[in-house]
Amino acid sequence: MAKKLNMRKRYEVLTRGLGWEPTYQPKEKVFPQETYEGIKIVDWDKWEDPFRLTTDAYWKYQAEKDKKLYAVIDSFAQNNGHLNITDASYINALKIFIQGVSPLEYGAHRGYANLARQFSGEGAQLACQMQSIDELRHSQTQIHTLSHYNKHFTGLHDPFHMHDRVWYLSVPKSYFDDARASGPFEFITSISFAFEYILTNLLFVPFMSGAAHNGDMATVTFGFSAQSDESRHMTLGLEIIKFIVEQHEDNLEIVQGWIDKHFWRAYRVLGLVSAMQDYMLPDSPMSWKEAWDIYFVDNCGALFNDLGRYGLRMPKFHEQATVEAEHLSHQVYTVLYQFSNAAGFQTTVPTKEKMDWLSEKYPNTFDKYYRPRWEMYAQMEKEGKRYFNAGLPQICQVCQVPMCFTEISKGKPMDLSYRVSEFNSDKYHTCSDGCKEIFDHEPEKYTHAWIPPHQIFQGNCGGAEISDVLKYYNFNPEDGGEYHGSADEQMWKSAHGNNDNNSDAKESV
Amino acid sequence: MSVHISTKEIKAKRVNYAYIGRRIGHDKPASRYQEAIYDVQPTTNFHYPPSWAKDRELYDVRNTSIVMKDWYTFTDPRQYYYSSYVIARAKQQEGMDNNFKMLEKHNMLSSLAVELKSSIKNILSPLRHVEYGANMNNQDICDRGYGSSITSLSSFNGFDRIAMSQYISRITLLIDENETEGLVKAKSDWLENPMWQELRHAMEDIFVLDDWFEIMVAQNVVMDGLIFPLIFDRYIKNLHSKGASGITLLTQFMAEWYGETIRWTNQLIKVTAAESEENKQLLSTWVTTWSTRIEEALEVYSVEALGEDGKQQLTEIKTELFTRLTKQGLDL
Repeated sequence: MAKKLNMRKRYEVLTRGLGWEPTYQPKEKVFPQETYEGIKIVDWDKWEDPFRLTTDAYWKYQAEKDKKLYAVIDSFAQNNGHLNITDASYINALKIFIQGVSPLEYGAHRGYANLARQFSGEGAQLACQMQSIDELRHSQTQIHTLSHYNKHFTGLHDPFHMHDRVWYLSVPKSYFDDARASGPFEFITSISFAFEYILTNLLFVPFMSGAAHNGDMATVTFGFSAQSDESRHMTLGLEIIKFIVEQHEDNLEIVQGWIDKHFWRAYRVLGLVSAMQDYMLPDSPMSWKEAWDIYFVDNCGALFNDLGRYGLRMPKFHEQATVEAEHLSHQVYTVLYQFSNAAGFQTTVPTKEKMDWLSEKYPNTFDKYYRPRWEMYAQMEKEGKRYFNAGLPQICQVCQVPMCFTEISKGKPMDLSYRVSEFNSDKYHTCSDGCKEIFDHEPEKYTHAWIPPHQIFQGNCGGAEISDVLKYYNFNPEDGGEYHGSADEQMWKSAHGNNDNNSDAKESV
Repeated sequence: MSVHISTKEIKAKRVNYAYIGRRIGHDKPASRYQEAIYDVQPTTNFHYPPSWAKDRELYDVRNTSIVMKDWYTFTDPRQYYYSSYVIARAKQQEGMDNNFKMLEKHNMLSSLAVELKSSIKNILSPLRHVEYGANMNNQDICDRGYGSSITSLSSFNGFDRIAMSQYISRITLLIDENETEGLVKAKSDWLENPMWQELRHAMEDIFVLDDWFEIMVAQNVVMDGLIFPLIFDRYIKNLHSKGASGITLLTQFMAEWYGETIRWTNQLIKVTAAESEENKQLLSTWVTTWSTRIEEALEVYSVEALGEDGKQQLTEIKTELFTRLTKQGLDL
């Protein structure tokens, strides 16, 4: 009778001992990316497999999940599920998602394939390979789920084309390109740890529970279906950090530097999410500030308490991010409001109910700094002078968010924050200490950034007129601008028999 | 009796995504495959040069000498996107699992004649390392290749390699009743036994190729085109005739996989060669060079696997491969 292998042992014998030990070609030629970042790996065999999934089990679980998911997607389309959401304005959140996030899932797919080839340890290699194929899954399930919405709403029609071109999408794109253009260890620290482990809840909770609160069952379903993959990815994120730091004492400082940098980079991308969460969801499950307190201050505080024994500390400038939490969404949404004439989504002044909710959630800031601004914009709209900013914004050389942030941590929330660095006799502007420090550390890299307003002025985005640029983006005239009177709102009203009891008819003040 | 169900007609604003519409027409509904693979990969306005190749972009057509006007000319005849891929594989895996259970229950491998057991361990077991290397090559193509219709297939292909390496490991464990001596020997054979060294040398030379399309040809067209018919067709039939019928069931996945895989590699060669004379010549040169090299590397192995006419059979296999590739438009 053959002896039994337990799961752990079985996984080990099926997967270990495969790592390639080249003898005909030099190791540094077969794995050319493993050493140049300065990370020292002494023994890949010390790698603890974060999830012990053999390929047969993987196929089985994933196929079961996908069968269920696609059954929901099909029935959603068949039953015109898009008519059961709270309000058509909710779709603006989905537009940001498919334009800004789904292309990153695809980028992650390719990025983890790079690691799967470049890491010489088979444990890490296999974990990255599984994440790579999972990320392909996520990009495709998102395309397939949102395909039905695309048939009925504006702005969802060309997400991958837009992601490569549109000004506000250079915020997520440049973040991801930054990680991808780095070496494999920095990439995995950035995406697996800073993004997937530290900040992922701040991305997925607003979108997924936002979807649930607004009757969007299709998005909820792909969100939940992705969750078991995400938990594997988070485990990988934690394992890789511990592994690198334990391998060699010289690694700690390098990794801490990457955590600092990519925390700040990812946090700036989440500024878009904060605006979506507080302003674009007709029914918000929680505010950005509440989410920040739970998922960052509490959870990450505890995490870094644990990681203290490895010598790791909280990311630099995290205090600034926490102080900013009472301002972030208001400042970012104001920019989106002002420039939505050149966006693939619509914006509007928050309704009276929404403003009251914001006052309640932001007692220290909303009434004092932001409500008066919205009341002014509402008044202008009433007078037929809906405000759009006719110029092009100056944007941060690093995070590429328009310069809208203020000196909150210096106690001056009404003073615009900007920093200047000089490199090769040129001046470069950044939005914050965090972004300036990133620039100053690798100035050469950030001079390469594809800065949308500069590109427009140089004539690289279709032409000099705003209509030329919108054509370059493949935006239709109805895609952006003011939500009230938009094609989406009209469709919604006609599909709901123009019923004034619907939430879309809520008056704004 | 007919029942009239009152429905409200909802008129759609558009039929498909614009990026699909540009390819198939804006008034034509798209398949899930089309939505998932066309033009999903970024193409322009990259922010920073990769730190490992500062003269290149993150996604760069210059990573191969093959030139295509449109990198989406190739589409997968199987139309695999993630979901259809895992569902197809889950079904195959269910069959394989039953095969393993049955053979284990009836001790069908552990009761084999000693010389058959040792043949399987010599010929089949070290292939787990070959499959692992083939996976590395496919991850590389997925990383540096161009166009999601091609790169996503390399991702699936690589995943399949890991699966096959695990099936081979399970066969080895089954023979050894879950002791790991066969796996240990497979590795030392792979690293030291002269029979494997030319193949291992060739694989390492493929690892360091700059051109990802050459890796595609050397690995997925040529090396597979020689090893799979040699082992998972002829060698397994040979074993079968000697009484090791169970092994046919345990390698069923590999045999099916190869039949399925050449459908897309044929199509890839066909559309790439048809694009230009330069592409055709390049592909033909790669096939010629690598098939000469790998055929030589497999000579001793083929005799060990098939007996004294092994070399001749290997030549037959190479001829079949060339005939098939000539049909796709290559000049061999």
